[in-house]
Order: sequence, then structure tokens, then C-alpha cells
Amino acid sequence: MSDQGSFYQRDRSWHPAAFTPQYKTSVLRSPQYPLLSLDNTISEMTGPRFGHNKIGPLDNDLIRNFAKTGDPIGQRIIVYGRVLDENARPVPGALVEFWQANAGGRYRHKKETYLAAIDPNFGGCGRAITDEEGRYWFRTIKPGAYPWPNGVNDWRPAHIHFSIFGHAFAQRLITQMYFEGDPMIWQCPIVSTIPDKAGIEQLIAALDRNTTLPMDSLAYKFDIVLRGRRSTMFENRMEGN
Amino acid sequence: MVQKLTTLRESPSQTAGPYIHIGATPNWVEITGVWEEDLGLMIVGPDTKGERVIIKGRVFDGSGTPLKDALIEIWQADTDGLYNSPEERRGKADPNFVGWGRQPTDGVTGEYRFETIKPGLVPYKDGRPMAPHITFWIVARGINIGLHTRMYFSDEEAANAQCPVLARIEHKHRVQTLIATRSEENGLPTYTFDIHLQGEKETVFFDI
Ligand SMILES: [Fe+3]
Repeated sequence: MSDQGSFYQRDRSWHPAAFTPQYKTSVLRSPQYPLLSLDNTISEMTGPRFGHNKIGPLDNDLIRNFAKTGDPIGQRIIVYGRVLDENARPVPGALVEFWQANAGGRYRHKKETYLAAIDPNFGGCGRAITDEEGRYWFRTIKPGAYPWPNGVNDWRPAHIHFSIFGHAFAQRLITQMYFEGDPMIWQCPIVSTIPDKAGIEQLIAALDRNTTLPMDSLAYKFDIVLRGRRSTMFENRMEGN
Repeated sequence: MVQKLTTLRESPSQTAGPYIHIGATPNWVEITGVWEEDLGLMIVGPDTKGERVIIKGRVFDGSGTPLKDALIEIWQADTDGLYNSPEERRGKADPNFVGWGRQPTDGVTGEYRFETIKPGLVPYKDGRPMAPHITFWIVARGINIGLHTRMYFSDEEAANAQCPVLARIEHKHRVQTLIATRSEENGLPTYTFDIHLQGEKETVFFDI
């Protein structure tokens, strides 16, 4: 923690480029100048920390946290995993936020125009804070695929959006989780913004039969990796020297 | 072959999409009753030390159209230049100042708005002071990886001229893209910081 150095440089060739014309919205929203490279300063090596007391008991239960008249429709699943850094060390106390469409692929949002039905018992948001070993988990229903206006017939594979706060603002990350075995992953213009097949596979959660709750829920394992920090073991300099 | 380096790779980023507000600010998109209050709305309280200021602006795409579906997060030091973070080792920050805020851009006007305080000086790696600044992080549909930038203050000319980070900007006319313009609104100093994703006025974004 406080005896650690700056973060490893982000491998920009592993992440999507800003300009990815197959994903049309990126065309006018992508910076064209090169980014200004900056070794982290204190402003990026620090970050907000969210206490467990901020989190309510149903925050990680999307089956119950919005339900009005009963459980939402859909396949019950558990999503669990760890938040690690690039040094394979757990990141405890990370805030993990997630949001998703319902089983029919419909988001609860007034700008959403897809004709699939809204589920009166499904809100679609949740959050968790990782424990000492970096673990998080939540219960939800499996989201459906949905069409979106890009090409005339583009569909998103089933996915859950994730936002993660690690220990520093430099680690801030938003990504998406996909489901093992879904053929639509390989047809998606947003997935394909990730240049490397192994990078895409890093976002595909594994079906885990050992964590499945019999006669209740399937389970998917999704580990998330945030940037790692340099060790300062060879550095005797005080901050500011 | 040599020995393997055992580091993992960072999870690749994906766009926040058009519905990030469902996860980040659900109450703002009328998903109520899940949790009481969206995180990051209130940065200052009655006991926060420092000069109250308003920060506002819009995010423009390459056609000059403001984004109505973006989410902005800010992170800043307190009035003494200390961060309210366990990673802060120089001292204890004002316990009444979180330093982190999160706001959507308005669905009609595209404007974002933060009520906060003006931050103090934070040292650069070599100890020189950086001019007062606020770290920004912008995500939206069409942005594949969150954009880091910084806002500086137009009434800190001397400090800005000395700031080692601003000095790193090779094309000097682009420094202006990071400087928010001061005006006054209901008696409060108000800084307008417009962010341009593309075009002639493209904001300087950082790879930090
Ligand atoms: Fe989505």
C-alpha cells in the first residue's frame, strides 16, 4: 500500500483503441491527438475508498433489491470472482458496481427503445465491496441479448457491465463480462474493439459447476485485474526527493 | 527461453455504454428504492474547510454536439493539498471532505455541475508544487476506455505557469484546453470547464 510506487504503464495495445469505426459512436467521440504520458503523481496514486457501511444487505442481490411483487423472470445465476492487480495480489476494499438488462434484454431506462418487456421486479443494478482476499459476489438473473442501433442488425451478446474502484484513481476501470459458450460474443462490434483474442477471453466468465447451487442457480466466475504497482524495495528516496 | 514474468494483464476496458447511469446513478434514472442515494453527489458538507466553488461544463463530440449520456468523475485534494485516501501518506486530509464526485451530464442540456472547494497545492514527484487542479475521468457510450484529464483554474496564472505537468505539454496553445474560466454565479466563484473529445479544441487527455 503506502510503501508502493507508481502503477505500471497501461498497455494500450491490450485495451481497445479510442477510434474503432465498426462501433460507430466511437468515431466522433475518440480523441485524435496522442495521450500525454505522465508517470503517476500523488493525484493519481490516491483514490476514494468506500466503506462496507455504504453497502446495504440487498445491494448484491439483483433478484431481490428491486422486486415488488415477486422474483424477476429469468435464469437465476451467481456471479463471483476476485479483484486482483497485475501482480496477482488481491485488491481488498474495492467497490465493484454492476448493471445489466433483464432476461429479455431490456434495460430499465427511459431512453431504451427495445420492444422486449420491462420486468416489474428487476431494476438491474447492484454493487459490492471486495473482502480481504479481493472477493466479491452477487446474485442476479442472466441478462438477455439485445439489438442496438449500429449496423441494421447488430446484437449485443448477453453481458453485465462492471465498474471498479481499486485503491487509486489510476486504476479506475469500466468493462463488461460475457458468458462462456455464447457464439454472439464473436459477432459483436463492441467486443471486437478489443484487439487481441486473449483479451476478449479475459472478459468471458467461466461456468462453474462446483459453485452452482443445486436446484437453484448456475454460477459464473469472473476475475477482474486492475493495474499493478511498482515495488519500491530498491528505492530509498523519500517522496519529493 | 527465459524465465516467465508472472504478472497478469489488466482486464481490457469496454465502453460504459448508454446506460451507465443504471449502475452509477440509479436514482437519477428513476430506479429508486435499491439504495437511498447515488454515490458522489455530495462532495462538500457544512464543515468542509476551504473556498466553495462551482465547477460546470459540457463534453463535446467531434461535431460540436454536447454529450447527454456521459458520466464525469472528479478527484481532488482538500484545501491543504491532501487527499482523503488511505494512500495519502503526507498527512491527514480534512475528514469532512471526500474529494471524489460523480455527476451525469444533463439529459437535455448536456451540462455537468459539481459543488466543491478549491484544492490546495499538491507536490509533483520531484517536490515542486503542481498548480491547483482537479482530476477528471470521463466515460460514455462510444468512449472505449475512460479518459483522464485535469482541470486547472484561470485565476491561478502564476501557479499554472510553474506547474510541472502543464509544462510537459509540447504544443503550448493546448494548455488552454485544461484551464477552466472563472465567472460568478449567485455570489460563488464558478469555473466553466468544457471538454472537447475531438477537433480543433481537443482537450489534452493523459495516459497516467
Ligand atoms: Fe449493455
